[in-house]
Amino acid sequence: MKRFTCDELAEVITAYLEDALDRPARDGVRAHLACCEGCERYFEQFRATIGALGDPPPEELPADVRSRLMSAFRERRRL
Amino acid sequence: MGSFAGGGLPPDDVVVTALRAGDEAMFAALLDTWSGGMLRVARSYVSTDHSAEEVVQDTWLAVIGGIDAFESRSSVKTWIYRILVNTAKKRNARESRTLPWSSFEQDGATDKGLDAVLPGGWKEPSAAWPTPESEALAAEVRGLIAEGLARLPSRQRIVITLRDVEGCTSEEVCEILEISPANQRVLLHRARTAVRGWLADYFESVKQPE
Repeated sequence: MKRFTCDELAEVITAYLEDALDRPARDGVRAHLACCEGCERYFEQFRATIGALGDPPPEELPADVRSRLMSAFRERRRL
Repeated sequence: MGSFAGGGLPPDDVVVTALRAGDEAMFAALLDTWSGGMLRVARSYVSTDHSAEEVVQDTWLAVIGGIDAFESRSSVKTWIYRILVNTAKKRNARESRTLPWSSFEQDGATDKGLDAVLPGGWKEPSAAWPTPESEALAAEVRGLIAEGLARLPSRQRIVITLRDVEGCTSEEVCEILEISPANQRVLLHRARTAVRGWLADYFESVKQPE
């Protein structure tokens, strides 16, 4: 099992979440998180950040652009 | 064609066949499912609402023009997003001549955001974050994230937007941006680290005194 310092751990969180670490590194991350309160919190915040990013305000195409595109799609058939 | 409530689109071959046959309901479903996300992605490159809308519009026009020639080497979504990114980049290059905001961007460890969040041994673990239950807090956080994304170096911004905001997979992002998985991961990690740092600063600043 690989051993991580707190700094090193912070650098591999994305790789860990992407499942891009080899087995010893993955086990090392888990072991470190299980016994380090600071990193556990950092890890939670990292995941909370990803969660918040995935909740953007809704966006919509303006109605005139949408209807222009629908007409363009209709026109296509006549070409 | 039925409706696609909930954003569930049928498989690609069904979509492509319907579009080629001129199925308006299918085109409308694609427009309504993807345009919002496409606007956000376009905004990663261009500075105004109007430019972003034009980029998305031009992308859809290219899709309409190109659907007959589409070969299923990639998914429909990846294909459309590649057109989108290329259209947005061109637009950005044109705007940059008058608006040189890209000149101060680098992808290195850019600003203090990064140093501030490196947890040098946790002398003092940061406080737990409140769950954004209230609408006010959620709106605050969204605003903060929008500002934060705008401050990121452009390559980080597009990767985190595609991955975490739009929910693309890492494979999709690599294909859309033509970057390696390792590069994608580095850019994503730097971007997430910076955004986490800004959120942490914010939560620290609004913390109730104990």
